[in-house]
Parts: sequence; structure tokens; C-alpha cells
Amino acid sequence: MLQVSVVRKRPGFCLEATFAAPTPGIIALFGRSGSGKTTLVNIISGLLAPDAGEVRLGDQVLTDSGAGIAVAVERRRIGYVFQDARLFPHLNVAGNLRYGERRARAARQVIGFDEVVTLLGLAQLLRRRCRELSGGERQRVALGRALLAQPRLLLLDEPLASIDAARREEVLPYLEALRDQLAIPMVYVSHQFDEVLRLATHVVLLEAGRVLAQGPVNEVSLRPELQRVVGPDLVGAVLEGVVVRLDPDSGSADLAVGTGTLQVSLRDVPLGSRVRLQLLARDVILATQPVQGLSVRNALASTVTAISNDDYGAVLVRLDVGGETVLARITQNALRALNLRPGDAVWTLVKAVSTRGHAFRLAAGP
Amino acid sequence: MNGSGPAELDALRLSLEVAARSVGFSLPLAVLVAWILTRARFPGRILFDAFVHLPLVLPPVAVGYVLLILFGARGPIGGWLRSHFGIELAFTTAGAALATAVMTFPLMVRAIRLSLENVDRGLEEAARTLGAAAVDRFVSITLPLMLPGILAGAVTAFAAGLGEFGAVITFASNVPGVTRTLPLALYTAMQSPTGDALALRLAVLSLALGLLGLLAAELLVRRVRRLLGR
Repeated sequence: MLQVSVVRKRPGFCLEATFAAPTPGIIALFGRSGSGKTTLVNIISGLLAPDAGEVRLGDQVLTDSGAGIAVAVERRRIGYVFQDARLFPHLNVAGNLRYGERRARAARQVIGFDEVVTLLGLAQLLRRRCRELSGGERQRVALGRALLAQPRLLLLDEPLASIDAARREEVLPYLEALRDQLAIPMVYVSHQFDEVLRLATHVVLLEAGRVLAQGPVNEVSLRPELQRVVGPDLVGAVLEGVVVRLDPDSGSADLAVGTGTLQVSLRDVPLGSRVRLQLLARDVILATQPVQGLSVRNALASTVTAISNDDYGAVLVRLDVGGETVLARITQNALRALNLRPGDAVWTLVKAVSTRGHAFRLAAGP
Repeated sequence: MNGSGPAELDALRLSLEVAARSVGFSLPLAVLVAWILTRARFPGRILFDAFVHLPLVLPPVAVGYVLLILFGARGPIGGWLRSHFGIELAFTTAGAALATAVMTFPLMVRAIRLSLENVDRGLEEAARTLGAAAVDRFVSITLPLMLPGILAGAVTAFAAGLGEFGAVITFASNVPGVTRTLPLALYTAMQSPTGDALALRLAVLSLALGLLGLLAAELLVRRVRRLLGR
């Protein structure tokens, strides 16, 4: 468990954040730039001191302003992967990796040099100078360097922000591998919901220095506050399911979600794996009668549970689909034409191609 | 430099020795002072800064005179050094090195300070999160990254130290083979009615040495920068 409850006031910006998240797992600090995400990770790392408050990791108190406790940064054993990597320019890749390893001798070794090199694909880079590395390679080296210091918590401050979108795949699969294979808890700062969807187990939604919402990703995806951060187009329920049928020829798969199944286009995942996907509310279609002759692959019997105006002139309809909640964004006109009310039975139509899914498996605790 | 006699060789050897000892003595102190001036915040910092730079603007003879007062055989520091350690500074080679060190100190501090200001604090923070405490951080990150400035400062101070005149002659006098460095030998030769040829040779020697020093500094700094990946 990571528990943070801190206040830090500066002219023009006030951070007043409280959250608690389970560990291990990836805790995403999600919000727009200027929402206080980096300040918060700096406080967790100890690089910044809060005016008041507490930071606890498991049963250890890292900061407690009331009791006058502030563990020094160098003794916290909290790894930090900075947005700009911050590799030491006078050392080569191996030298950077060894830097943290040498200083972690007293700590119980959780992960070894060779394991890190293999896990992050660094074998070819070891003798290289840091300035010769691509952005993605830099972040992988920074990640390896932090891991070898045997951290009890790893902070990642928008590690993909300085990398071209096309090159993010040089890093993302490695982050997934870390999440799935190591039991090191991570705090991942991001302003891209894609990354949260793909990596996080728990989200803390931040706006203007305050926590708007927090919880497991699927729960937070249903919170109205999320729309304030991501805008109306990226609102949508996050669902988790297990792959029960694969059709490699058509690139589609059936997922068991709740009590039903959902056909989605998904490749390169093994049968039985857990998959998380998001159904964007704007892509979900509602019908009051069974439909025929449509290309839509999924027509799911469901019940309207709530209807609310969003702040952009449209309507968000909350649906119960086999025990899972799905959001649909429709116009006021559509709502009137269908005459929808809470409790109504409707068909929820979901195109197999309009879902984005990622294999998701979390390592068991230590 | 064909035909250099023992006077030139003596002066050259002595100049090199004095400059080398002065650099060796002042370098660690210059790193410390540069660090204090860049990183420490304390009342009187501006005054301290001015004090460090004083030799740049004072007449060298005045610096030599102050040294004589402080470090002379009966001076407060000089007397203590002599009675406790048997160290004599006035009118000795070590004294010439001290006077040279004081005169070149601001040059050295400036170069080192510039390089320290360019060290990315973010790298030190990164080292901190990796478990490096203050001294460890300084030795493993800050110092290597300052190396170009430290080298530039040392070589510049060395080159300037070869030619230090006023403070040396005031504090350490002009003793052949002991404190008569190149510029002092040159001055002495100029005072002698038959010294024109010697003076010219010494002047050419000084020029060659100075040029060599500056070139060496530049090449060294470039090489280190490359090694540091910049």
C-alpha cells in the first residue's frame, strides 16, 4: 500500500492531494500538465518536501511532517525514471547501470544485472555512450539503472513524453514486462489515457493539485470527473475479460466479459489471457429493437441504469451489460427519439474494430 | 633555443617548479571555493566573492607585500608555520609558489566555477535517487562533469604562473636558483649592461612557453569534453 497525504503551497500553485493505492501494481497519476503530477512524485521521492503531510510505503514512514520524519532521498530506495532520462554523460551504458547497483549492495537483491539486461533488451547497448542512444533506448537504460538500485518503489515521470509517438513501442512492451514479471510497485505519471489503459492497475485522477477520483482503472473510467480531464471523445468504459476463442484468420477474438461474450478484433494474444479494453462511449450504439443486416458484431442485451447530460451538449447513458457497466454517448435528439428511461431494456451495439485492447497480466505479490 | 646557458635553464626549471607547486597547492582549494561560491548561500557571500577576486585588481606588489606581512618570518602565519613545522616561506621557492598561487587563484576559481555552474543539477538528483549521499555524489558525478573546467583552470593558472612577477619579487625576492624565475631572470638581464642577448632569449622562451601552455589547455579540454560525451 502506498499512502500519500500531502500539502504544498506555492504562489500560483497549491497541491493538496490524498490517495492510497494497493501495491504491487502500477499506480497511474493521471491529469493534464500543470495538475501537480510531477510535484507529487517529487514529494514521494523526497526531492521536494511537502509543507505538511505524510508519505508511507507499506509499513515504512517516508515523510511525516507531524513527527518530524523525512527519510533522505538517498536512503529511501525509491527509483526514479525522469522524463529526460538523466543518464550520466561521463559513463557509458554499463557504467550507468552499475551506478545504482553498486550503491544498493546493502539492500536485498531483487533483480540482477543480467536479468535487467535481458528484460530490457540492453545487451547490444552496454558499451555505447549515452549520447549515441535513441530516446527509447535512453529511457530503457534509465529504467534499468533505477531497477538495479533495488528500489522498493519505482517512480516514472512521463517516461514516454520525450519520445516520438512511433518510437514509444521501444519502451511500452518493456514496461508491461516489468509490471507482469516483477513485484516492484510503480507510480506512473502520464497525461495520455492510452498509457493508463495499457499499463495501470490503479488510477489517481488529478486536476489543479487535487485528487478528483481514484480507484481501479475500470471504476475510474466510469467516473464523470474523467471527462473533465480527457474531454468527451475519450470517455468510455474500461472492461476486463478473458480470451475464450481466437480466430487468427480474421484477427478476431471472443472475450468473456461479465456474464456475456464480446467479439473484438485482437491479435497476438494467447488463449486464456486477460485483456483490458476500452469501449469509447461515442462508438457505442443503442437500439430499442433487435437489428438485422448491420455489420456490427456485438448486439448485447442490456438495461439502462442512468442517464445524464454531459457538459458538451450530449447525453451519457449508463448501461448494465451482463453485470458490467458500459457508457454510451448519444445526442439529445437520439435520446428523445428512442424515449429512453432508466430501467429500459435496450440492445447495446459494439463494433469489434472500435475497441482497443491490451493483454494484461499482473505479477503476484512477493 | 640553441645556446641556452645555465641561467636560462635555471630560470626555466624554477619557473616550471614554482608554477607546478602553485597549481598543486591551490587546485583543491579553488575547487572548494568555486563550490562555495556557486552552491552555498550565506550572508557575506558577495564580500567573500570580492575577496577571492581581489588579486585580479590589486597591484601584484601590494599582494606580495601583504603576504610578506602575514607569511614573513615574524608575521602571524609565517611565524607560526616556522615555529611549529619549520616551514620558511619568505625568500624561498615555496614562497614564490605561494605568491604565484595567490595571484593565479582567481583565474582558476573562475574557470572551475563556470564549469560547476554548467553541471546539470538534475544529474545529481538522479544520483541521489540511486543511493548516492552528498560526498559520493560530488566525487562520482559533479567532479567528473567539472573536469574540463578544472583542467582549463589548472593549465591557465600554470601558464600564468610561469610569468608571475610582482608578487614573487616582493615576497620571495630575486635569489638566483631559488626564486629567480623566468620573468625575474628577464628583468635582471635587462638591468645588466651586457644582458641584452640573454634578455631576448628569455623573452622568446617565455613566449614559446606561454603559447605551448595555452595550446595544451585547449587540446586537453577538447579531449576531456569528448570523453564526457559533449
